Amino acid sequence: MWDLVLGDRRINSLRLVARMWNGTRGIHRLGGAVVPEGNQKKERTMLQFLTNHFYDVEALRGYLLQREMSKVHMKNRFRDKEWIRPDKYGHFSPEFWNFQEVPVEAVDASDCEINYEGLDNLRECVLLKELQSLLLQRCPHVDDWCLSRLYPLADSLQELSLAGCPRVSERGLACLHHLQNLRRLDISDLPAVSNPGLTQILVEEMLPNCKVVGVDWAEGLKLGPEEQPQDTASPVLA
Amino acid sequence: MIRRVLPHGLGRGLLIRRPGTRRGGFSLDWDGKVSEIKKKIKSILPGTSCDLLPDTSHLPPEHSDVVIVGGGVLGLSVAYWLKKLESRRGGIRVLVVERDHTYSQASTGLSVGGICQQFSLPENIQLSLFSASFLRNINEYLAVTNAPPLDLQFNPSGYLLLASEKDAAAMESNVKVQKQEGAKVCLMSPDQLRNKFPWINTEGVALASYGMENEGWFDPWCLLQGLRQKVESMGVFFCQGEVTRFVSSSQRMLTTDDEMVILKRIHEVHVKMDHSLEYQPVECAIVINAAGAWSAQIAALAGIGKGPPGTLQGTKLPVEPRKRDVYVWHCPQGPGLETPLVADTSGAYFRREGLGSNYLGGRSPTEEEEPDPTNLEVDHDFFQEKVWPHLALRVPAFETLKVQTAWAGYYDYNTFDQNGVVGPHPLVVNMYFATGFSGHGLQQAPGVGRAVAEMILQGSFQTIDLSSFLFNRFYLGEKTQENTTM
Repeated sequence: MWDLVLGDRRINSLRLVARMWNGTRGIHRLGGAVVPEGNQKKERTMLQFLTNHFYDVEALRGYLLQREMSKVHMKNRFRDKEWIRPDKYGHFSPEFWNFQEVPVEAVDASDCEINYEGLDNLRECVLLKELQSLLLQRCPHVDDWCLSRLYPLADSLQELSLAGCPRVSERGLACLHHLQNLRRLDISDLPAVSNPGLTQILVEEMLPNCKVVGVDWAEGLKLGPEEQPQDTASPVLA
Repeated sequence: MIRRVLPHGLGRGLLIRRPGTRRGGFSLDWDGKVSEIKKKIKSILPGTSCDLLPDTSHLPPEHSDVVIVGGGVLGLSVAYWLKKLESRRGGIRVLVVERDHTYSQASTGLSVGGICQQFSLPENIQLSLFSASFLRNINEYLAVTNAPPLDLQFNPSGYLLLASEKDAAAMESNVKVQKQEGAKVCLMSPDQLRNKFPWINTEGVALASYGMENEGWFDPWCLLQGLRQKVESMGVFFCQGEVTRFVSSSQRMLTTDDEMVILKRIHEVHVKMDHSLEYQPVECAIVINAAGAWSAQIAALAGIGKGPPGTLQGTKLPVEPRKRDVYVWHCPQGPGLETPLVADTSGAYFRREGLGSNYLGGRSPTEEEEPDPTNLEVDHDFFQEKVWPHLALRVPAFETLKVQTAWAGYYDYNTFDQNGVVGPHPLVVNMYFATGFSGHGLQQAPGVGRAVAEMILQGSFQTIDLSSFLFNRFYLGEKTQENTTM
């Protein structure tokens, strides 16, 4: 009984792993021939019967399963992992070069001196077709011309942060409307934008599915005379 | 020269050159010294009205290597590139003669300020691409010590050209040429248009081309002021005056086919001052005609076009001023921040202006509707009858709008093929043209300036080949025509 339960659990996990195999040969097709569904079921029960009765078959299946699982883990090893950062000398680890086929999900170029020509590399690169998050906070050379270069990332980009870039103005923000998949846009602290509150409203209208963060809509408004904040620390005039 | 003799070391004092003793004038308050001397003379000889040291600071220099007639964006661009590409610093003396220093009628300041690469001729596309990179790096090109950086207020929103059924094939082939030359333009179907710009009504539109990069609009005044500042700092002379006469000499020469041609060479330019009969003859080697809408008058002064029609001597410069109106209106429900400069199938165009739901635009009139170019009065009826209906058809939100202001400016319209004239004249050998751009002079000015400077300094076009824009084509009848809908 106990053996059977174990066996079932192993089969369930096998089916889960099989979905991620992407065409690698599964254990069920060790023979190589394409078998119709009905025969496959019969084969599976036959294989199950053999596994339950012979330790060798069981061990072999277990070993092959472990191998397939480790391959899948290897492929997904970067998912939900930490950022790849430079070490204390500012160099990236050299084994980074081995991962050239892995698509890049997020790039944090904050405080980086990237300019118009540099952004060409960022967007032309084949790998960055799946870029989801781009952080360009406080980049001193990112200006309106640079923002007009971001449209190739429209299919995948979901998060963009331009907080604190001194040269970005509302004219550059107008060309962000290409990025229709954007879900989060940070435009706080842009000194070159002339009217932050109004700009925020216009950008929100331009990108209806996106959450635009950074400017309080009341920033452009002035308090009326009777609504001045009371300074409770000062002594009350008698 | 003032020589300061040292109390000891007399010999050394005589030989050492002090600052302020260089040839060519004092750097230490020359004007102040002159006015002091004048005061002294007046006190010695009271009552004389004779001016022993007349003030000539408003007059141009008596000799100049290059005289540029016209101080708009094209003239200043040629001056800038001449100074930038000269092989020895201070090697060429350039004089820019501008009739009106307030630029009240100059096409540059009154321009809508757009830049786009959606042309059909590769040369035009190359010129616009170079101008875009010039504008992008303007603070490197036009940096002046201690001056604040220039803010062109560039809107990179792009141009959207709409084509009807009959123009769709031409638009497709144009976009192919543009992509080949490196412009980032994409074609859009009416469905894609509606998706991207929901405020547009795609009735009658078969195809649209949308510029994604390096296209948009900017502040032409800023470019003009930046060029002016930089060019002055490079040592170019400016003069406010009008060119009234060219003094030239002619030579009869035989061509290889034994035909007689009369070649002219301009030796002097007479520059007349404002509101007076005073004029200054300026000896020059090269004259550049960058007079915009008034280029034809300057060319006529040089004798271009004086001859039997149909000959090279009789070919006039076919540039004339054409008036164009620009209207600014307010429409609170109008298209949003993403609006490009939209050029409709009917020829009407509009773009956003600022954050406050203001738009500006206009339409080129047909040949029959051409307004009288003698003044710059705006025709508001034209907007009501010929512009607004097309705008309201294309953008339904524009059915309710209110015109705030309007102005008019001149195109230096080339009646032959609506493209610029660049390069030397075949008979008046030292007159170069940089004019006739019929509405896209501002966006091509940096490239054209460089081309003319290369032609003068190096004898041929080096970077962008503008041979198809030479004057010869008017005589030979070969049109360099754009076939875009703009």
